[in-house]
Amino acid sequence: MIQRRTVIKASGALALGASPLQALAQTVTLPFDNGERPIAKYPQKRPMIRLTSRPPQLETPFAVFNENVITPNDAFFVRYHLANIPFDDIDPDTWTVEIKGKVDKPVKLKLADLKRMPSVEFVAVNQCSGNSRAFSNPRVAGGQSGNGAMGNARWKGVPLKAVLDRAGVQAGARQIAYSGFDGPVIDKTPKFVKALDIDHARDGEVMIAYQMNGADLPVLNGFPVRMIVPGWYGTYWMKHLNEITVLDKDYDGFWMKSAYRIPDTENGSIEPGTAPKATVPINRFNVRSFITSVADGAKVKAGATTLKGIAFNGGSGIKSVAVSTDGGKSWTDAKLGQDLGKYSFREWTLPVNLAAGEHVLQVRATGNDGKTQPDKAGWNPAGYMRNVIESTRVTAA
Amino acid sequence: MKRFAFLLLLTAATVPAFAKPITFELPADTTQFKPGPHLDVVQGNCGSCHSADYIQTQPTGPKFKKDFWQAEVTKMIKVYGAPIDEKDVPAIVDYLSTTY
Repeated sequence: MIQRRTVIKASGALALGASPLQALAQTVTLPFDNGERPIAKYPQKRPMIRLTSRPPQLETPFAVFNENVITPNDAFFVRYHLANIPFDDIDPDTWTVEIKGKVDKPVKLKLADLKRMPSVEFVAVNQCSGNSRAFSNPRVAGGQSGNGAMGNARWKGVPLKAVLDRAGVQAGARQIAYSGFDGPVIDKTPKFVKALDIDHARDGEVMIAYQMNGADLPVLNGFPVRMIVPGWYGTYWMKHLNEITVLDKDYDGFWMKSAYRIPDTENGSIEPGTAPKATVPINRFNVRSFITSVADGAKVKAGATTLKGIAFNGGSGIKSVAVSTDGGKSWTDAKLGQDLGKYSFREWTLPVNLAAGEHVLQVRATGNDGKTQPDKAGWNPAGYMRNVIESTRVTAA
Repeated sequence: MKRFAFLLLLTAATVPAFAKPITFELPADTTQFKPGPHLDVVQGNCGSCHSADYIQTQPTGPKFKKDFWQAEVTKMIKVYGAPIDEKDVPAIVDYLSTTY
């Protein structure tokens, strides 16, 4: 039985944001089969939806996206792959990022060295490849995220290009492989290592960030430094970054060659339940949009109301957002909010009039690249890249 | 020169006197495997790398029984290198498909 509405159950009268003891007794039921999750309190975080305890995976309660177009640090989602994370070994004063491999001069840069270099700053969405995986139909194995494995923050740090230039990338370099300080519980599990093409790594946008929304990164979001790959899925945004190797070939480790692959088709989608013929590494976000001001299953007052939400894509920026209040029969362009940059959430609003009765509200964003959202959800075996036009059912009375 | 001295002072004030790692502790993993057949085998093999809720939150229903869990256990062994004894595999798959 699918419950349409996200229900928060509290054992006491106190709501979200209450004391840790109260928070422990709370659960939330996300709108898909087997969607009950505990609400848990972690250091530096407000109560979050816990997907798994070990390794830690926390989802942002969706109401947060209606509060501010920037996702607060204490509500930003958390996703680790492997559970050997020796947090107590993190020492920001001795932390180094090592650049080695096909470089003229291998270097180890301390956090203070990075902070002395010219900084850049921009707003960008980080979204987990498997955000919304639990809505896949048919369902697939993996971390069963709802829509809260995404967030939008202002990142400050050093362009990766400047760091690579300090080491001097040699001719013939093809990729960088990079990793963080956390690792697998057992030796045979492949360490989490990701790779980017050298031209992408040196595009001047990819950043080693030491600040998020004007503060240090929360520990669970990669303190003291993480990779920012704007427009690309979170798998590339390595937390606790400490090693970068320049390669003269394509990196062929597990987390690039076997994991995080999508079908080599339009929008990474294939016939549900089938196997892809060829795959490529997951890369840029597709375009998505959400209504944030009303929840699915909500009861609203009949009459005039203003709908609000967010839209984003992989970096062409949002050109337009259209809203339907009649299940997709007719569409009206929404008003776009302040432009915080092409990688940011873009707020939208639209005054509508809802007569008494049931309504299916839908939102569809189109990017400056002309790409828009499909009516029918795509599918792939890993449950990546969902971007179907979302439907929000409300009853006006 | 005055400006230079000021900068030096500022630097001295912002650099900590001694280096110290951060203190950060995750809440204890209190998730539990549901009671079921061969629970001890499952706890020892699965629980060393991940918490019970990774299993608990997977899709349920008739399509997510023996074949689904056999594939997951195989993935844990072949892909993630889980040191699971071959003879324990049927017991683990039995537990997962009858319990979840």
